[in-house]
Amino acid sequence: MTILFTNARLIDPEAGTDSIGGLIAAQGRITAIFPGGADAAQELPNHGLSPDDVQVIDCGGKCLAPGIVDIGVKVCEPGERHKESYKTAGLAAAAGGVTTMVTRPDTSPSIDNPETLEFVTRRAQADAPVKVLPMAALTKGRAGREMTEIGFLMDAGAVAFSDCDHVVANTKVFTRALTYAKSCGALVVAHPQEPILSAGAAATSGKFAALYGLPAVSPMAERMGLDRDIALLEMTGAKYHADQITTARALPALERAKANGLDITAGTSIHHLTLNELDVSGYRTFFKVKPPLRSEEDRLAVVEAVRSGLIDIISSMHTPQDEESKRLPFEEAAAGAVALETLLPAALRLYHAGHLDLPTLWRAMSLNPAKRLGLNSGRLKTGAPADLVLFDPDAPFVMDRFKLASKSQNTPYDTQRMQGRVLETYVAGEPVYRRS
Amino acid sequence: MSFPHRHLLGIEQLKPHEITELLDLAETYVDQNRRAEKHSDALAGLTQINMFFENSTRTQASFEIAGKRLGADVMNMAMQASSIKKGETLIDTAMTLNAMHPDLLVVRHPHSGAVDLLSQKVNCAVLNAGDGKHEHPTQALLDALTIRRAKGRLHRLNIAICGDITHSRVARSNLILLGKMENRIRLVAPPTLVPSQFAEFGAEVYDDMREGLKDVDVVMMLRLQKERMDGGFIPSEREYFHRYGLDADKLSYAKSDAIVMHPGPMNRGVEIDGTIADDINRSVIQEQVEMGVAVRMAAMDLLARNLRSARQPAAE
Repeated sequence: MTILFTNARLIDPEAGTDSIGGLIAAQGRITAIFPGGADAAQELPNHGLSPDDVQVIDCGGKCLAPGIVDIGVKVCEPGERHKESYKTAGLAAAAGGVTTMVTRPDTSPSIDNPETLEFVTRRAQADAPVKVLPMAALTKGRAGREMTEIGFLMDAGAVAFSDCDHVVANTKVFTRALTYAKSCGALVVAHPQEPILSAGAAATSGKFAALYGLPAVSPMAERMGLDRDIALLEMTGAKYHADQITTARALPALERAKANGLDITAGTSIHHLTLNELDVSGYRTFFKVKPPLRSEEDRLAVVEAVRSGLIDIISSMHTPQDEESKRLPFEEAAAGAVALETLLPAALRLYHAGHLDLPTLWRAMSLNPAKRLGLNSGRLKTGAPADLVLFDPDAPFVMDRFKLASKSQNTPYDTQRMQGRVLETYVAGEPVYRRS
Repeated sequence: MSFPHRHLLGIEQLKPHEITELLDLAETYVDQNRRAEKHSDALAGLTQINMFFENSTRTQASFEIAGKRLGADVMNMAMQASSIKKGETLIDTAMTLNAMHPDLLVVRHPHSGAVDLLSQKVNCAVLNAGDGKHEHPTQALLDALTIRRAKGRLHRLNIAICGDITHSRVARSNLILLGKMENRIRLVAPPTLVPSQFAEFGAEVYDDMREGLKDVDVVMMLRLQKERMDGGFIPSEREYFHRYGLDADKLSYAKSDAIVMHPGPMNRGVEIDGTIADDINRSVIQEQVEMGVAVRMAAMDLLARNLRSARQPAAE
């Protein structure tokens, strides 16, 4: 099917532009991009198309952007399909404008061998309407002792290797894994955190945690974890991505590492960009994430780092938890929040607050993650896959968690006012979501 | 309603005049408790359940006596021995008890915020008897009553809270209460046992005990909570006693009429010298225990009044 989009606000993260134009998608790819608010009748002959073979979508001045590439989505297969399946995660992704989910291996059991990877790949292909690229564990059972079969796993389709929130505490094991991963050309995604200092923490140490009597971790633990990893990168030259940088103190280290030419990128989560530690007040467990929410100063520093490009990638860190895991005293409650569907409207808070323009947001949500994984998606470019999201950046609504497509509905944005809704999502030129 | 609360979850939610009202009512119960006939019927017909998810002797006994003196039917449940072992969640336990129609639920739990959570799921009055490292409101109220009786006022006093502040819900509730009543508060502790952020709440933090006790009216000692410590917060008990234990020398830096308090149970020779604890001219530790019963009677009385008026709306 050939689709002609006209009168769109094209968000082009590569060129850094936000301008009126249109594009043509055919055979799963973007085949032409043109500026201006021309109508279909004028535009079709320019591309040798007749109205009969083309579906025309008049975007009415709404935004058309590359689909989001989300690194770090947890789908709970295998093991906890009652929390999230490939089907429900895929529907949530489509409804949230996420066209590529890069999934986490912190399932039960971990995705740490080619057979399990094949299982999830099959499940994803059968059930998810969006693209799914799996990550695999870096060490067996994410236990930090023995590296996984990185070569076989890459052959089976693993796009990156991560023990997720388990820090490989044994530096010898981690060094070997990094060295071996480098020889395979594999990307290692790590969680920068000093594991002993942060053990048992449910909040960030500060005035708030002190008053609430919660076990807390100093933000310094993140910098210590990052410093260690950077030292090991200098040693091994591996390709490394820090999953979440959430504190101001870690940023200078990241900046130096990049300036020194190490192959390092960094991400952050949408929650750390839009919420702070005070949101936990009343011990609301839907706000318990890992690492814990930070101070407002940290939040603003991280927003600025996304703006400057020091932090490359924004992720949803989608982590489904059922009601039973969350209806517990704060310390005992599970960490994590669902976010596939709320990522885009939450990110637009940063746009409406005047912190980030839309091309900058999409640089962090589509272009940079795609580049880091060596994908040619995530951009508006002739020849790129027609993975697209059409959204109204201004539409106001009140978040109702029970309307989310995910099986688990643990969103911290429940009942909050938000602005910006996905209207349509396309994967390889095919519609996978249309707002009714 | 001058005490417009359904639950007593923390000092945080109370206004200064509500604290005063509760203490005034408690004074009447102090008198009642000293009479031969100690009973009244403020809680007659009501059921009080004490749910302790953490060991307690004195607080539980105090709540039990308070309830019985006011005519409630009191039941104690030692929760660490029962359903949690069978895997039941806190909320399921609460719902189960709720179905038995208690009127007052007294809860202690090892996790901060657990009592708040439980209070959202039941339709009786909940009293926090200590949640994790968060709050222990009746302890702060009984301390306040003790101070007010000993010093004749509860404002413009210099009060030192000393010892293991990090692990103490007593310290947090006292810090909030005494701050609300406009006292000057000092926190005296080794830096490993006091969150530095408490300075931002208007308390002065001292790591030298003699300096910290200089000219204070009240010395409030805290128990070293060895059971909550994982890893070394202090090098040894003997060094702790040497530097932070209350002895005659350190106490001499306080005002000559300063009172000494301790929420109990005491570690004699660790945070307090036994002779100081037993000095009837300085120590009000026994009085604190007595005030505890009165304050808990007052708290339950006030909540029960609200409970009854909520159940019989617009009788006139």
